[in-house]
Amino acid sequence: MNNTGRKTAPEATPDGHSGFATLSGNRALMVEEPLIFEQDSPGTSGVDLPEPPTAALRLGAVAPRGRIGLPGLSEPTVVRHYTRLSQKNYAIDTGLYPLGSCTMKHNPRLNEKLARLPGLADIHPLQPVKTVQGALALIDELAGWLKALTGMPAVAMSPGAGAHGEFCGMLTIRAALAARGESRPRVLVPESAHGTNPASAAACGFIVDPIPANSEGRVDVAALLARLGPDVAAIMLTNPNTCGLFERDIITIADAVHQAGAYFYCDGANFNAIVGRVRPADLGIDAMHINLHKTFSTPHGGGGPGAGPVVLSAALAPYLPLPHVVHDGAGLRLVEHRSDTGATGVELGRMKGFHGQMGMFIRALAYILSHGADGLRQVANDAVLNANYLLASLGDVMTGSFPGPCMHEALFDDRFLKDTGITTIDFAKAMIDEGYHPMTMYFPLVVHGALLFEPTETESRQSLDQLITVLRGLVARAQAGDVGFFADAPRLTPRRRLDETAAARKPVLRWVPPVAD
Amino acid sequence: MRYLPLTEADRRHMLDRIGVASVDELFRDVPAAARLAGPIAGLPSHQGELEVERHIAALAARNVAAGSVPSFLGAGAYRHHVPATVDHLIQRGEFLTSYTPYQPEITQGTLQYLFEFQTQVALITGMEVANASLYDGATACAEAVMMANRVTRRSRAVLSGGVHPHYREVVDTDAHYVGFDVVIADPDPNGTEDLEALIDDRTSCVVVQNPSVFGQLKDLSALAAACHAKGALLVVVVTEVVSLGLVTPPGEMGADIVVGEGQGLGNGLTFGGPYLGLFATRDRFVRQMPGRLCGQTVDADGRRGFVLTLSTREQHIRREKATSNICTNSGLCALAFSIHLSLLGETGFTDLARLNHAKAIMLAERLAAVPGITVLNGAFFNEITIHLPRPAAAIVDVLADRGILAGVPVSRLYPDRPDLAELLLVAVTETTSDGDVAALVAGLEEVIR
Amino acid sequence: MKKYTKDHEWLRVDGDVAVVGITDFAQQQLGDVVFVEVPEAGRVLEAGKEAAVVESVKAASEVFAPVSGVVIEGNAALSDDPALVNRDPEGEGWFFTVRLSAPAELDGLMDEAGYQSFVEAQH
Repeated sequence: MNNTGRKTAPEATPDGHSGFATLSGNRALMVEEPLIFEQDSPGTSGVDLPEPPTAALRLGAVAPRGRIGLPGLSEPTVVRHYTRLSQKNYAIDTGLYPLGSCTMKHNPRLNEKLARLPGLADIHPLQPVKTVQGALALIDELAGWLKALTGMPAVAMSPGAGAHGEFCGMLTIRAALAARGESRPRVLVPESAHGTNPASAAACGFIVDPIPANSEGRVDVAALLARLGPDVAAIMLTNPNTCGLFERDIITIADAVHQAGAYFYCDGANFNAIVGRVRPADLGIDAMHINLHKTFSTPHGGGGPGAGPVVLSAALAPYLPLPHVVHDGAGLRLVEHRSDTGATGVELGRMKGFHGQMGMFIRALAYILSHGADGLRQVANDAVLNANYLLASLGDVMTGSFPGPCMHEALFDDRFLKDTGITTIDFAKAMIDEGYHPMTMYFPLVVHGALLFEPTETESRQSLDQLITVLRGLVARAQAGDVGFFADAPRLTPRRRLDETAAARKPVLRWVPPVAD
Repeated sequence: MRYLPLTEADRRHMLDRIGVASVDELFRDVPAAARLAGPIAGLPSHQGELEVERHIAALAARNVAAGSVPSFLGAGAYRHHVPATVDHLIQRGEFLTSYTPYQPEITQGTLQYLFEFQTQVALITGMEVANASLYDGATACAEAVMMANRVTRRSRAVLSGGVHPHYREVVDTDAHYVGFDVVIADPDPNGTEDLEALIDDRTSCVVVQNPSVFGQLKDLSALAAACHAKGALLVVVVTEVVSLGLVTPPGEMGADIVVGEGQGLGNGLTFGGPYLGLFATRDRFVRQMPGRLCGQTVDADGRRGFVLTLSTREQHIRREKATSNICTNSGLCALAFSIHLSLLGETGFTDLARLNHAKAIMLAERLAAVPGITVLNGAFFNEITIHLPRPAAAIVDVLADRGILAGVPVSRLYPDRPDLAELLLVAVTETTSDGDVAALVAGLEEVIR
Repeated sequence: MKKYTKDHEWLRVDGDVAVVGITDFAQQQLGDVVFVEVPEAGRVLEAGKEAAVVESVKAASEVFAPVSGVVIEGNAALSDDPALVNRDPEGEGWFFTVRLSAPAELDGLMDEAGYQSFVEAQH
């Protein structure tokens, strides 16, 4: 995100449509779909239930409620509604989705099938432990893989997503410092970090000190070393970093951080680039979350659910949150309280309602078993190869921010658009008309008008070649000065540019019934 | 490897264009000491679908599926019947494999269902505005407390003894490390606690669950008034969302923030996750809300459309000053919830709630008739607490061996409270048959005799 | 007398009362302003500490008190029409008025010419 004057309201474009106006407003396969509330057929239901008994209620002092205002819809209406909505979405299943740092890779359907086995999908989190030994074994098996792939001795499985994992990891650092009788207030975070890093550190009560990047897109080691001291609790570093580059000096940094008595938190959002090739433990990392919905391909689902297990070094391992799985003579058990047998007694406490994102664990384990150790290494190889192929194939027309090789994502900035009157966002919107989801834009903040492409390993060479051809064509068009073409884009989408300014000035966050005259 | 499309010829061609001899050269920035020469030793190699399916199916077979036996487990996770349509629709690739709708022109599908979801949540809770979901009920509860702290500029939360202990523990974890105070009331199985006495000028909020974890249902209007008189907010937790089809919603009792676990609609038990955090509040607090919000606007042609809005609250803009560090929500779980509630509609949702309540009345009456069992609840929705003559955990254990999941022993939640060890939480839903209830009653009669 | 700060705020000073807002340059940098939070009357401001918040769709910025004093009035019109900050930043789009408690602080601020060259140096 840039902080300067990006347009957030569309300009008037009287002739933006392509083709002719239809009577219905529909455009062939693209059908206008009202809200469910606008399709209310009172009394209708898409579910047949037995007539509820009319026996007296036992609600005590609480009155039964009056009308709620939910619409009545039949099953066919509901199916059509959501099918039509789905057709207004871009998805990995429909095309290349090169959102940098989001790792939008293919989501295998085997994983969906297995997550729906009744023995996994239909078990209650508080069933007697002896009736869920297979579930605990599955969590334990996935934990084993995560530990082996990272070289770390422990893993906290319960965090619900990446940011939740960051919060968990930073809390283990607070707990470890407290156990040492220290209260170090500061956390160092590079300027290029994901916004969740400073937000998570601040949520844990730390003061965030930004560390600048150097001219090579990596953390300024001298500035970092100069900031280390007895007031620093930890550094939060993303590696590979958000410029898509491996932090070459990471071992030096880790040594210096440890020397200063601080801990090294690594944002593992970009683990996909190095899985099977580098173990974070060998880099000196103390804690790292793993976004199962990135590296291990659990579906993003329109923004969640995710899962963010955190691997921990021996120094932080005792502080993992409750609950966790332990082995005992008879099998596997859940440690749910600090007083339980097998507890370390210094656990963080609970961070989530139950035991973690089991549905995501099943999918991630299926993905891992499908690849095996050899396949996961190939994942990293191909992810990095695909990104470098983009960098090499576009470097002569777009402006790569830093010399390669890059890791799993390729960063460009907007110098190639200089003096064209066309901005990064205009360029992105033109990509949409060409059938592509845009790359990540205006992030990281360390370059101007960033365009961050992460193709992932599940794109074929043909798919990348098509993207390259389109991007080269768009660059030519931009450099030819066709400002109007870009300013009007997208034209072919279910909706054209939306007025974010109006949405934020007068928020309309729910449907309300129209007022009768 | 079936998921990797590059051929060896592709890789060769691509390396040539990049100008390197091998892929290893692309990893040259990795310190030599940390480079692995080959696949990590001791781990299995790739497997076909059939092998993976066999392996995971074998793990599944070692669990007792709740639906395969009479099951009375609740305590924050409820087994309702989910119509086939729900799971079919959420598996459409355009929903399943899409990301956060950052490009609204090509994600109107996600944005529109989030707008509808927000409206549904606001309606059933009786509140003015709801967000696009959080991780689960427990984390939503903790977010509510932190929001109340921001709104009131105070830092002491009072947690009722009827709030699910897991929720209390999540709030307590945050309190301990984020740095605010919590006053945790004693567990309240009988629903008789007096929270008003705990409210003072430093109280940011009172958090109360309705029905409580013990199944106790209460009118909260007086408590809301007491909170407001002291400048505190009332946060109401709902862990069984289907109850909102029958009982007066928290919004009509004076709640300022309502949080809930939405799993009960559209989503299965799945051993505790992923679940669906519901979060609703009053319009005047909207800028202090955590989580994503979807709003209505118009496009360049003046047509109605939807966007993520009020993002300046969030971490990707505000960074360390954000209202929350949350990035991910539970989008697909919210979709499942929304589809299920769309299918039910006004009559279906209210009928479903009445069916659940009717089953619970029948259960309570049957159990109350068993010598040695006392039902603690006068008012309830679909879950009750019973007192047994012996520790509940051992009884549950014996019944599990006989193929009955009898409920959640309170000792599972409060292991350090021997005074609660004889209490058992028993829940029913529309999926509970009369035969299931008969099996439970017979089993309990036999075991406690 | 009109003064400017390096945080792109302006002050129109009349006796011991100053009207405070953000400059035209600042509103251009922000883009469309969607929300402004102004301080309530009576709030005590300390120079350099947060006094108000101004938000565009993509950015949120603190407005720091350019001088110490007590708030006389926040501009209520901005809550209904935050676009005033874009349309008329140095007029109708003012943020708040403040009664100065340390008028000498004004000496540390820039005059119009000084601010112009400061902005030019930023490019």
